[in-house]
Amino acid sequence: MPVLYASLLTLFLILIPGIGIGLFNMKALFGIVVLYGAFLIFISGVIYRVIIWAKSPVPFSIPTVCGQAKSLPWIRQNKIESPHTSWGVIKRMLLEVLFFRSLLRNEKGRLKTGGRLLFYRNLLLWFGGVLFHWSLFIIIIRHLRLFLEPVPSFVEFIYGLDGLFELFTPPLLITDLLILLGIIYLFFRRLFDPQTRYISISTDYFPLMLIFAIVITGLLIRHVQKVDIMGIKAFLIGLFSFNPSLPKESNTIFYIHLFLVATLLSYLPFSKLIHMAGVFFSPTRNLKNSSRMERHINPWDYPVLVHTYEEWEDEFRAAMKDVGLPVEKEN
Amino acid sequence: MKKAEEILNDVDLQSPKKEEQLFRKGTYCYSAPLKHQNYLGLPNPREWNPADLDWKLPKNWKEIILEGMAKLLKRHRSFRLFLDICVRCGACGDKCHFFLGTGDPNNMPVLRAELIRSVYKRYFTVSGRLFGELVGARELTEDVIKEWFYYFFQCTECRRCSVYCPYGIDTCEITMMVRELLNLVGCNIQWVVEPASNCFRTGNHLGVPPHAMKETFDFALDEIKDLTGLSVEAPINRKGAEILFVAPSADYFANPHWYTFLGYLMLFHEIGLDYTWSTYASEGGNFGLFHSSELMKRLNAKIYAEAKRLGVKWILGGECGHMWRVIHQYMDTMNGPADFLEVPVSPITGTRFEQAKSTKMVHISEFTADLIYNNKLRLDKTRNDRWVVTFHDSCNTARSMGLLEEPRYIIKKVCNNFYEMPENTIREKTFCCGSGAGLGADENLEMRLKGGFPRANAVKYVKEKHGVNMVACMCAIDKASLPQLLDYWVSGVEVCGVHELVGNALLMKGEKVREKNLRGEPLTD
Repeated sequence: MPVLYASLLTLFLILIPGIGIGLFNMKALFGIVVLYGAFLIFISGVIYRVIIWAKSPVPFSIPTVCGQAKSLPWIRQNKIESPHTSWGVIKRMLLEVLFFRSLLRNEKGRLKTGGRLLFYRNLLLWFGGVLFHWSLFIIIIRHLRLFLEPVPSFVEFIYGLDGLFELFTPPLLITDLLILLGIIYLFFRRLFDPQTRYISISTDYFPLMLIFAIVITGLLIRHVQKVDIMGIKAFLIGLFSFNPSLPKESNTIFYIHLFLVATLLSYLPFSKLIHMAGVFFSPTRNLKNSSRMERHINPWDYPVLVHTYEEWEDEFRAAMKDVGLPVEKEN
Repeated sequence: MKKAEEILNDVDLQSPKKEEQLFRKGTYCYSAPLKHQNYLGLPNPREWNPADLDWKLPKNWKEIILEGMAKLLKRHRSFRLFLDICVRCGACGDKCHFFLGTGDPNNMPVLRAELIRSVYKRYFTVSGRLFGELVGARELTEDVIKEWFYYFFQCTECRRCSVYCPYGIDTCEITMMVRELLNLVGCNIQWVVEPASNCFRTGNHLGVPPHAMKETFDFALDEIKDLTGLSVEAPINRKGAEILFVAPSADYFANPHWYTFLGYLMLFHEIGLDYTWSTYASEGGNFGLFHSSELMKRLNAKIYAEAKRLGVKWILGGECGHMWRVIHQYMDTMNGPADFLEVPVSPITGTRFEQAKSTKMVHISEFTADLIYNNKLRLDKTRNDRWVVTFHDSCNTARSMGLLEEPRYIIKKVCNNFYEMPENTIREKTFCCGSGAGLGADENLEMRLKGGFPRANAVKYVKEKHGVNMVACMCAIDKASLPQLLDYWVSGVEVCGVHELVGNALLMKGEKVREKNLRGEPLTD
């Protein structure tokens, strides 16, 4: 059922610009209005979410420590997994954000006959995740060449590297294939791994399908129904310098591609995809393990009702004196 | 009680099956007794039973919960963030000991959190308000409250899932938040509220009054005299001592904690430590942690207050798990700054404990490891030759402190036979005993045994491979729950504290030839 909902929604989203452009040639709507709208929602949405997180305090120092803490000088500290300095935290966060370090720990538990519980190292999820996210990142970087004039050299460099397999003209880009591989793995893992299937809901399948459709339409306009790149670039540069003109391109698939990207952008801030920004705020990873070295402040700390020593001694004084325990007051 | 072979029969990790009947006997904890709800001044005090249909919630319970949620979301970044960013990748799924022992999908951390995430979506997000079930949102009903109670008192706040999560999402945080919410409508368990109430009144969870504590201490000193021939002192409430020592109260009342207690007393005597125990701050543990941050603070306040009253320079803490979560991550924030104390310096070795320079409280294994490293103790390892030892990291000292090498160093210096359990069941990946976070009651024994199964399974492995017959640990809850757990799953493996092993190995000045270990058993078989 969740897969059905997600696929219906994706199809529906493809049909909107398909009909809008194919039948009614609504270029102003799909080429300009929708894109501006999506960017506005994306930027303001992400800022809104980040502000809400940033506004709520971190009252306690709660890092999840994954290694030996700083202790006696002769005990070797794990400076990355139990950092006591900000530099250590930065390294920990970089490893987490760039290389998904925690997923490298992943293992599968299997219950064998005779009640033996065994664990198997499992790097597939890590691999699929890296494949997907890194490809997506590189794809976004090399799309910059459609927005910037002159094209920065690093973008050219990445584009050149990505197109090393010159099987077609224009060259087939490696990351396009890798991201498809990543998405297909992540999708079928959700569908066929019983545990993951159980936890998956439609909003887990939908983003995968959406991005899959974006990649496919992108491939189509690059390799099959080719579009005029220079024309599109002129259109996009106009768009981004707030001097939009109607795109000359008449290829419907191009507008579907644009519309799906716009959907992704406006969907992102209000869905689980916001993990992109959220991971940086995670207090179990971005705090130092130094809570006995430096006092952590709770901004909403308030006085509480305690049982004072005096009240306590009042209750037990007589019995304490009987057994010779020292007391503050004689009676 | 089912047999060990049968209890796993319906567990299939590959096709998770939801528990059909919540609140089956043996799976849940009893509610808090009225007397203790009243003593602590908790909301909606009443006699009630989780197995009953009517939970006697206040009329406006829904309003209370939603208001409470709004407040917690404002106060804790972790809460909102963890509800927002989970992508349900499933990496946490089979990392929870309760899932591995029950196969119940709601025990996968991702779905445990989803129990409240769904409500968060419905009332606090735009997409949930608009699209409801389609995006995984659901209405808050009384059944949801019951489900929360069942599953959030089936989480031991061990934080193992947080190690594996790519965003560090910590189910412990979620569980703490939901328990705060349940408290607002008066739903908490006996095994949390009663010890907390006892602790508030008498100073310790077991509710032991000071004079009874004194008698127990005298009894321990007699035992040490029998074993070693030495007259050892145990100063209590002594003003002007250099160090205040605080241990979990189980150490001086329960078994096998008792032998660790003897170990402390012998060690402190041998090095001539200028220290004192306290009857007011007679509890290191803090069941407030399993209830609410407010109650945690109320109970924890005693330690600094007593250190100030007695005029000590710094505080030393005994072997306990959750106690150290509170001391390491909460105490200074809640009840500090401890500016009336000094940065801890070992009076024996001169080592300055920089890692505790603000909180001013040192863990006993840091203290003892430093003593041994500086050759201040004479030790005879052979006195522990009876044991083939493995070490069980307690969740809190491992994942909240990173106290991993200190106890291992000590054990290797006092024992000849030490073997580690498999790598993915120790250190930061350690498995909970299944009874933490206030779940160590009798009535939920079946659930505890299931939750403790992964830990027991690893012990069984080293028992068969290396002949391990002793699990050393540094946690009072472990010491209370592991013996029963191991009896059930493994048999023939005992449980001890690290300082019991120290006490055995310690060569004391003027002691008689020791024939027995602290348990009164011959030193070797």
